[in-house]
Amino acid sequence: MYNKGTIIPGLVIFIVFVTFPLWYNGLNAGTVPKPDLPIGQKECVAPAAEMRDNHMKLLNEWRDAVLREDDRVMVKVGGKEYRKGLQMACMQCHNDKEKFCDSCHTYAAVQPTCWDCHLTPKEAASKKETH
Amino acid sequence: MDNTRRKFLKIAGAAALAGIGAPALVKLNSTAAFASSEPAAGHGSAAGGHGEVVAATGVRLGMVVDMRKFAETPEMLDAAIAACYKVHNIPHFPDRKNEIKWIWKAPYANVFPEQEVLHKSEMAKSKPFAVLCNHCDNPSCVKACPTKATFVQPENGIVAMDFHRCIGCRFCMAACPYGARSFNWQDPRPFITSYNPDFPTRMRGVVEKCNFCGERLALGLEPACVEACQGSGAMVFGDLNDPDSEIRKVLDKEFTIQRNPAAGTRPSVYYIV
Repeated sequence: MYNKGTIIPGLVIFIVFVTFPLWYNGLNAGTVPKPDLPIGQKECVAPAAEMRDNHMKLLNEWRDAVLREDDRVMVKVGGKEYRKGLQMACMQCHNDKEKFCDSCHTYAAVQPTCWDCHLTPKEAASKKETH
Repeated sequence: MDNTRRKFLKIAGAAALAGIGAPALVKLNSTAAFASSEPAAGHGSAAGGHGEVVAATGVRLGMVVDMRKFAETPEMLDAAIAACYKVHNIPHFPDRKNEIKWIWKAPYANVFPEQEVLHKSEMAKSKPFAVLCNHCDNPSCVKACPTKATFVQPENGIVAMDFHRCIGCRFCMAACPYGARSFNWQDPRPFITSYNPDFPTRMRGVVEKCNFCGERLALGLEPACVEACQGSGAMVFGDLNDPDSEIRKVLDKEFTIQRNPAAGTRPSVYYIV
């Protein structure tokens, strides 16, 4: 092999650089987040495992159903009916965005754009009707 | 060597000729794709030729604005506008050039510029008119939208918007002959006085307009503006294609006009002046 002296140290430096985030954190992914679950409500629109994997898809399906297909049929969860929607269904039980949504999204470094327009329960309560 | 160059030139020449000739051949052989592929759309068929307008089938929601009632009690129009603003989290920008309009007031001369005459009635001269999205049957905004963020709901004829998809290009604003669309030049949230927790706000860079209260209709409620002047008959809402609906009874009885009929958009909002 030609230029062994530069290639092998170069490769080593490259691998060390690429794996920097792993060993810098001591091969530890940090504490797994524990989102605050709603008190008193045990059921959701789907089993927890499915919600964990596919809640973003479900939200998109609801969005298209409500806005485009004029399908605003209520969803029934635990004997109570909810209108399809982030504000009108999800956040009725998961009423703390900071402690529920953000706990995982921050950990996974995902920045969903939902809250650019949709109101978190806290924001909605911040400007209540005054008269 | 000479032989291959000769061959190359021959092939290049033939290819160039074929390239020039092909579109002409395709044109001759195919039927006129644009004229024939959509017989239902366009000028002739949908409007029944010139003159008579043919009504479509299915539900088509519309509104009659009785300006005589609003001229009598102008506070009612303010109440209707306030109800709409509250329900839809509409911001109040202090600068008028940023104004967000769903239902708003405009003078007669701006609402019916083609009907502007020298000797107008007292109402046309002095009273503000209620203006909102016309929810046209043939909406030019929908044609202009490059992302299908605005579309006609086939179930009820509402020209709806999906704010999720709006990229803020403002083509729809240029296309709308009624100025019924507004653009959020800045974050609207600081300018919203009270939040309706059941409705989202918008973000900077999104166009918005009246949605005929689609979310309220789903709950069996009337649009917020109609509800605000309930009982007065100033705003009548209903299915334009149902001959027994309240709105059709009003339209059968009264002479109505529409905004800019020459634009060919076939509005769903009628005015009694």
